[in-house]
Amino acid sequence: MNDQPIGSGEPVEPNAPDEALADEVRAELRRSLEAEPAEPKKSEIVELRDVWLSFGAHQVLNGITLGVARGETVCILGGSGVGKSTVLRLILRLLLPDQGEVMVEGRDISAVSYVDVLQLRERMGMVFQGSALFDSLNVHDNVAFPLVEHTDMPDDAIFDRVREVLSFVDLVPEDVLSLLPAELSGGMRKRVAIARAIVHEPPILLFDEPTSGLDPITTRTIDELILKLRSELSVCAVVVTHNVRSAARIATETALIKDGQIIFNGSPEEMFACEDPYVRSFLS
Amino acid sequence: MASARRSAARLTRNAFFGIALSVQEYFALVARLLKSCVSRPFYRRDIVQQMDTIGVQSLFIVVLTGLFTGMVLALQSAVEMERFGATIYIGRLVGASTVRELGPVLTALMVTGRAGAGMAAAIGAMKVTEQVDALRTMGVDPVRRLVVPRFLAAIIMLPVLTIVADLVAIFGGLLIAVVKLDLTTELYMRSVYETLAQSGFILKFIPIDLIQGLAKPLAFGAIMAATSCFYGLRTSGGTEGVGRATTQAVVTTSILVLAVDYFLTQILIVMFVQ
Ligand SMILES: Nc1ncnc2c1ncn2[C@@H]1O[C@H](COP(=O)(O)OP(=O)(O)OP(=O)(O)O)[C@@H](O)[C@H]1O
Ligand SMILES: [Mg+2]
Repeated sequence: MNDQPIGSGEPVEPNAPDEALADEVRAELRRSLEAEPAEPKKSEIVELRDVWLSFGAHQVLNGITLGVARGETVCILGGSGVGKSTVLRLILRLLLPDQGEVMVEGRDISAVSYVDVLQLRERMGMVFQGSALFDSLNVHDNVAFPLVEHTDMPDDAIFDRVREVLSFVDLVPEDVLSLLPAELSGGMRKRVAIARAIVHEPPILLFDEPTSGLDPITTRTIDELILKLRSELSVCAVVVTHNVRSAARIATETALIKDGQIIFNGSPEEMFACEDPYVRSFLS
Repeated sequence: MASARRSAARLTRNAFFGIALSVQEYFALVARLLKSCVSRPFYRRDIVQQMDTIGVQSLFIVVLTGLFTGMVLALQSAVEMERFGATIYIGRLVGASTVRELGPVLTALMVTGRAGAGMAAAIGAMKVTEQVDALRTMGVDPVRRLVVPRFLAAIIMLPVLTIVADLVAIFGGLLIAVVKLDLTTELYMRSVYETLAQSGFILKFIPIDLIQGLAKPLAFGAIMAATSCFYGLRTSGGTEGVGRATTQAVVTTSILVLAVDYFLTQILIVMFVQ
């Protein structure tokens, strides 16, 4: 019997003469495989190590371990109320874990001082589940907020930057700049929130259901936006989503939470190939 | 029976600890607030905006409150005083009671109903829509950004509003005195002046009564802003929670204003009345 796929017209390259070369390749491969486990530890930008959290008697997270490296997009999936948003809040240090560590850029965030927390948060951009735009500020002031607070940029430079990011999220700056959040549609609000999160070019981006309640076309636009951010700015992103198809499109890694634990962690392809009945039922 | 008693005991204990914890949180907020008042950064634009919201926009209700209070005071006392032919002392009564008590207290209560409720609702709405978290995420301290401007604006504007209320109340009393009791403006005003002069002057021209009348609104403004923002910041549970926070803010502030008024009066009497 022939190992070759049937119908392949190409003649098979006999491998006998290149025995030595093949050995070398194999050795190289083995070396890289052995180096693999140590490697991600160093480059993890956000890392949760065995994190436990409860609200009063309500135990929400029972030992979550998760790492996100530079240029990676991790999608957190799970049913409603399993603690997906809570994980993002932990990374932002809006909550502290009962047990375990949350590391951001190699620092344990429970241990950093009040001033350092503010600096740490400037290195992150967060898109909240409900957008959380400031009601009293118009779109320009909302998007400019991180720049006004933390940089000495002159007003016209800020104005240019705001227009730039608004275009980046496919909004027409002239149309929306002076509108109040209440005058925007849900999808536009989400996009303004994304613009606000990326305006100061943070290396870490956190998205809480950026596409929930949006139509498929807008969902796709926002997914493409997240992909664009990864390829152009090479940010590290954590995306919470209910949308399995979105996850498949944008994730380099997925994590499925159930009962306060990550019951599946792997690439989207692995997830779709997974035999676990709960994973299967979640995907279908 | 025993278990019912035990669970009642537990409920009481939990309620007690709940309150103790809230009081502790309240004072923690006040401490942070005071610290933030004297250190950078300041949000000057927000302070001015809050002064407008608390002060200018409350002016109308404060004027109405003052006017009717002054008029009803004059009317009520006229009935009594006419019996003794003592209507020339109407000015004394109106002046003393408004400047010392009713001006500060009624102004504080009215402004609490309007601006205090507004503060709790605005901050509460920001809390439940994650805007407060968004602030923190962007490296901004919500106490500094949201509470301090309201606190400063309140302690500046409440004394001003109180003076307005006092003046309008005295004018309201004058209206009744002149129209209903046939007193002359001069007689009425002299009697107002006499009662203010009675308790003496500081630096020869600032009536001690007025110091009392301004120390109080300063305290009431601080209480109103701190309490309303406290309830606003601990709002949870969606829009319903915002309603609850607003109610709690108004009720608690009103009670605190009345209680603190009593103790402040006591202290001021000890300090100024020999
Ligand atoms: N501040 C809080 N106080 C008490 N309980 C909370 C608090 N925040 C979250 N919870 C509880 O923690 C659990 C997880 O909440 P979380 O918001 O993380 O869920 P989620 O996975 O984001 O859900 P969804 O998909 O609906 O947004 C929920 O059961 C919620 O009731
Ligand atoms: Mg959520």
